[in-house]
Parts: sequence; C-alpha cells; structure tokens
Amino acid sequence: MEIDLSVKNCVKSFGSFLAVDDVTFDVPQGSFFSILGPSGCGKTTLLRMVAGFEEPTSGTIMIRGRDMRGVLPNRRPANLVFQHLALFPMMTVAENIAFGLRRRKVAAPERKRRTEDILERVGLPGYGGKRVDQLSGGQKQRVAIARCLVLEPLVLLLDEPLGALDLKLREQMKVELKKLQAKVGTTFVYITHDQSEALVMSDVVAVMNKGRFEQMGSPQDLYHAPETPFVARFVGENNVWAGRVEKVGEVVAIKTDEGFVFSAKSQSPLTVGDRADLFLRPEAMRIEPREPAGLNTFSVSVRAILFDGAASRLLTATDSGHELMVALPQNRRFDHIAPGQTITVGWHPESGVCFPAVNPAAAADAGGARP
Amino acid sequence: MKTSRLSLWIFLSPVLMWLVLLIVLPHLDLFIMSFRAKDEYGRMGFSLQNYVHFFEEPIYWLTFVRTAVYSVITTFFTFLLAMPVAFYIVKVVRPKYKGFLMVLLLLPFWVSELVRVYGWMILLRESGVVNFFLLKLGIVDAPLKMLYTDATMIMGLVYTSMLFMVVPVISVLESLDDSLIEAASDLGGSKISIWREIILPHCKPGITSGAIVVFMLSLGNYLTPNLMGGKNSLWFTEQIYNQFIASFNWNQGAAFGFLLLLLSSGIIWAGLKLSRVKLGEVAS
Ligand SMILES: Nc1ncnc2c1ncn2[C@@H]1O[C@H](COP(=O)(O)OP(=O)(O)O)[C@@H](O)[C@H]1O
Ligand SMILES: [Mg+2]
Repeated sequence: MEIDLSVKNCVKSFGSFLAVDDVTFDVPQGSFFSILGPSGCGKTTLLRMVAGFEEPTSGTIMIRGRDMRGVLPNRRPANLVFQHLALFPMMTVAENIAFGLRRRKVAAPERKRRTEDILERVGLPGYGGKRVDQLSGGQKQRVAIARCLVLEPLVLLLDEPLGALDLKLREQMKVELKKLQAKVGTTFVYITHDQSEALVMSDVVAVMNKGRFEQMGSPQDLYHAPETPFVARFVGENNVWAGRVEKVGEVVAIKTDEGFVFSAKSQSPLTVGDRADLFLRPEAMRIEPREPAGLNTFSVSVRAILFDGAASRLLTATDSGHELMVALPQNRRFDHIAPGQTITVGWHPESGVCFPAVNPAAAADAGGARP
Repeated sequence: MKTSRLSLWIFLSPVLMWLVLLIVLPHLDLFIMSFRAKDEYGRMGFSLQNYVHFFEEPIYWLTFVRTAVYSVITTFFTFLLAMPVAFYIVKVVRPKYKGFLMVLLLLPFWVSELVRVYGWMILLRESGVVNFFLLKLGIVDAPLKMLYTDATMIMGLVYTSMLFMVVPVISVLESLDDSLIEAASDLGGSKISIWREIILPHCKPGITSGAIVVFMLSLGNYLTPNLMGGKNSLWFTEQIYNQFIASFNWNQGAAFGFLLLLLSSGIIWAGLKLSRVKLGEVAS
C-alpha cells in the first residue's frame, strides 16, 4: 500500500525545550490516523510541521515520497483544519470554500460546480450564500472541512476540530467524520486529547506524551494491550493497584499494598521484589462470578451506583478504602445490588496488566484515570 | 424611565452646551455672514456674491481642487506607509517591543508641528544637511532643490499624519486571528492575495477611520503646506486666512470656510460609498 505521509525522526525544539522528540510514523493512503495525547504534549506542533508552518529542527517529513523540507504551506499537498476553524468571516460559505480553488485559477463555472458538490457531500446543500456567523458550531465544522477537501489534498490534517462543540454534537460529528472519511477516501491525520474520539474514528492511533510517541497501534491494541503505564492510564478507564512483585514467569504474582495477592500478565520484564503497578479495566471485573476457579477474587463494598445506561458502573471500595470502578452490565441480573452491600468480584489474570512502578510525579503528569 | 431620561439629560448637557456654544452658534453666525455682502451702495444685505466670486476667480477654485487632490494623495500615501508599519508592530515584532515601537511613533508629537516643520527645512534646504552629504559623497554636483516642492509638502503632511492612520489600523489588526492568515496560506494563498482578501477587508473599519482623520487634518492643515509648499502652491486654508486677516473680508472668508466644510463632507461621503463602509461601522 502506498504511504501518503511519512515522518522520520522528527524533532522540534523551542530553545532548549523539546516540543516534539524523535517521532517516526507512516500513514498509508486512505487511512484514518490519530495522534492522541494530553494537551501540551506537542500534537499541534507536530501537525504544524506537516502543514509547513514550522520547520522540523531535524528529521524528515515526506508526503507521497516527496521531501517537504523548505516547501511553503501553500505549496504542500496537505491541508489543515485549524483548532478554531479559522473560517474567513468576511466571506460567505461559498467564498470560503472557493478560496483555494480561486488561488489555483480554477475557472468560475467549474469552481461553482465543485463548491456545490462538496457542500452536498458534507451535508450542507444550499448553504453557499450564508454568512459564516449564521452557521451553528457543527455546520462551521463541516464548512472548514469542506474548504480543505474541495482542494483534494493527499493528506487532510485536523487539529482537535471537535474541541469546541458540545458533547451531544461531538458524539454525532465523530460518527459523521468517520463516515465522511470512508466516503471521500482521503488520508486523515487527526489529533485530539479525547481518547474516545481517537478510538471511535481511527484505523491507527498513536499515543503521544511529552513530545514522544508512547505506542502506536489499532484502537483495540491500545485498549487491550497497553505497552506503557502512560497508555494504560490515558486510554480508557483503569483501576490501579500499587504493589510488589512476588513471582515471575508466564503470569506474575503481585502482592498489592493492601494485602491481596493477584496473578496477572506483565508487559515488561519484572524481577521479584520490584515495585509494580497493576492496571485493570472496570469491565474486566465480574460481579459474583459463577465459576471463581482460576480468577482473582476478592470482596468489596458498594459505595454508589453510577447509572449511565450501557456505561453504568459501581463505585466500590476494598476494606482498606481503595476505590475501584466495576462495570455494571445492564442485563437486570444485578438489580438487587444496593449501596452498602458487600459483593464478590473476580477477574481473569489475562485481563490485568503489570508495569514497573513509575515515580509518583511522573504518574501525576500522565494525567489519565484515577491513581 | 423618567429618572433615567433625566439623568441622561444631565450627563449630556455639558456636551450639548459645548457643541451648541462653541461649534453650532459660531458656525451659524459664519453661515449667515457668508450670505451677506455690500451692494453697490455700500449697504450690507443678503447676497450670493461671496459664492459667485469663488467660481469666477480661477485662483480660488483651482486652489480648492488642488487642496482636495493633494489631501487625497496624502491620505493614500499615509495608508500605504501605515499598513506595513502597523502589521509589523502587531504581527511580526515580539510583544515586549510593541510598547517601545508605539512610543517611537508618538515621539515626533512631543514637539510642536512648527518645530517639526522647521526641522524638515533644516534637513532639506539647499544648504541643508541632506544636500551637504550628497555633495560631500559626490552623488550630486549641485545642491538639489528639495524644499518648496509639492512632493516635499506631501511628505511633510504624510509624516504629520502617520500616527492617526497607524493607531486605528493597529487596533483592528490586533483583533485579526493569526490562524486566518495561516489558513489562507494553507489553502494556497500568496502574500498578495492574503493581503487583498484577508488582511485589508478585516482592517477596513480601521483604515476608514484613519483615512477620515488624516484627510480632515491634511485638508485643514495650515502650517505644513504654507512653510514647505512652493511659493505658487497655495493651500485653501491660506485663502481663508487671507480673506479673514489680510483682506479683512469676513464674509468672503466665511463663504470659503463653508465651501471647505462641504468639500470635506462630500469627499468623505464619496469615500464611504466607494469602500462600502457605513459611518456607524468605522472603528474609533
Ligand atoms: N512557538 C513556540 N515557542 C515556544 N514554545 C512553544 C511554541 N509552540 C508550542 N510551544 C510549546 O510546545 C509545547 C507543545 O505545544 P502544542 O504542540 O501546542 O501542544 P498540544 O497541541 O499537544 O496541546 C507546549 O508546551 C508549548 O508551550
Ligand atoms: Mg493543540
């Protein structure tokens, strides 16, 4: 498969500060690639280098095999949808979209046809004559994307384009963006700090932290097999135990600080006596398992029921007060559970992941789920 | 409702008083005066003679047209110079130097216009500093005549007016999101097209208000055209001055004053129509 965007050993420093630190990735043609990371981790800087607004301090950026060093933004076959959209307020919707075509000296009738065509595709037929300030947030969003897509770029870069929308609209736009990308087939490079956006839309997600890529893979890989504690914290929700390694091998045994001994799998080599963190997804824990054999089981007391439809959870705590989130399937089997009760939960050793402990300061920086 | 109406009047009254006493009343008086002239028996009475006189004497209306044209040219050059200066101060230079550059712009206004104009004259006259160096460096053989030409006068007017264009343009440029410029460039815009389609339309209110002020100031300027312009390059304010002070013909002077007022209003109206800016939108 052809590679549309290839970034190799890309570094960007501002003074002594490394905003992007040795990043390498390839984006195949027609795929939806996301870069996910907390704010300030260097996502925008990376994207701006691809768009041509910043030059990398070192490393190369190639689009369809062409080295982009020294190529001005207006000459690159990549277009950027800005974080705050940057629609031109002095122009109508149609003029906004036709701006790039006019710059390319496309003849007026052709320009009009293509503008109407792309408005149709993003679901805004007949909106050409409107002023930008007459549009709703979601409509502006689509105009900003249409304005780039009409130029048929090889790569479309999107900088947190859903950030300004309210939650409901964001959910809706997520699905629409994904559908749009499948329809037009353009390569999308999407950056976001919202893990759900990245997981829902992408073919491949790269998790970025402090200017580096921590892990790159399919959304499923990132969720089920995080390679670093940062990814485990940042992608999806996780319960965390701190403890000490008791046994290593196929599965490791870890004794948590509150006295449980659990077996789990390990991502990186551990030795007996090391301090380690154990991560466990809320949905990995089964309430009152029918066949507890081979599971790690323990009892917790229910503090609250956090009802949220399919995403409902129980807020529980162990005897020593360690709070844990447990997924609550909505199949009416657990309707009898009430706050204050003590329940047994069990989880399979395959679902827990251990990492060598990171120091607390670094853990706080990770900014992911609860510590 | 009643009390708020009352307080509105209380707050407005000083402004209204100022307007009525110092601007409206004297102008009314001048207006009436401009329609009075001596008839053949030497008696004062209503007459259009002052206005007719203006159109009969070519020197008057030629000066009038000249003043208008040169003021428009001055406004245009001021605009040409002010745009890059304002852009540089707002978008290019680092924020911490911004204040310093603004002070530099203000600096010439700490000395009076008279002193500034004489400063220019010292520089530009035939035995002046510029000619001295040009001669010393062997660039010219004989001193250049730089003073008392129309070009010098326009330069002086532009120099005097710069600040009044730069300040409103800076204030509108500050509200221009950098990402608009980047987006235009990302979509294939060249520098020229970005200026024409993004920056200038955005700055239009500021440019308009700057242009109105600069135009009015140039039109009504007396010192600079008088001192730096050539002997036979008259400015209309000089004609008014002559009527009031030299000829002591207040009625004729009043008529000229009103013609100048009409002229400036007319040109500004035309300018607003051309640039399709409403007076209410003009940035202050
Ligand atoms: N022009 C710049 N000069 C100095 N530091 C910058 C500049 N641009 C970005 N940074 C720094 O680089 C880091 C990454 O910024 P950014 O790429 O915008 O992060 P993100 O988009 O992931 O939130 C931030 O700490 C920011 O302060
Ligand atoms: Mg950002």
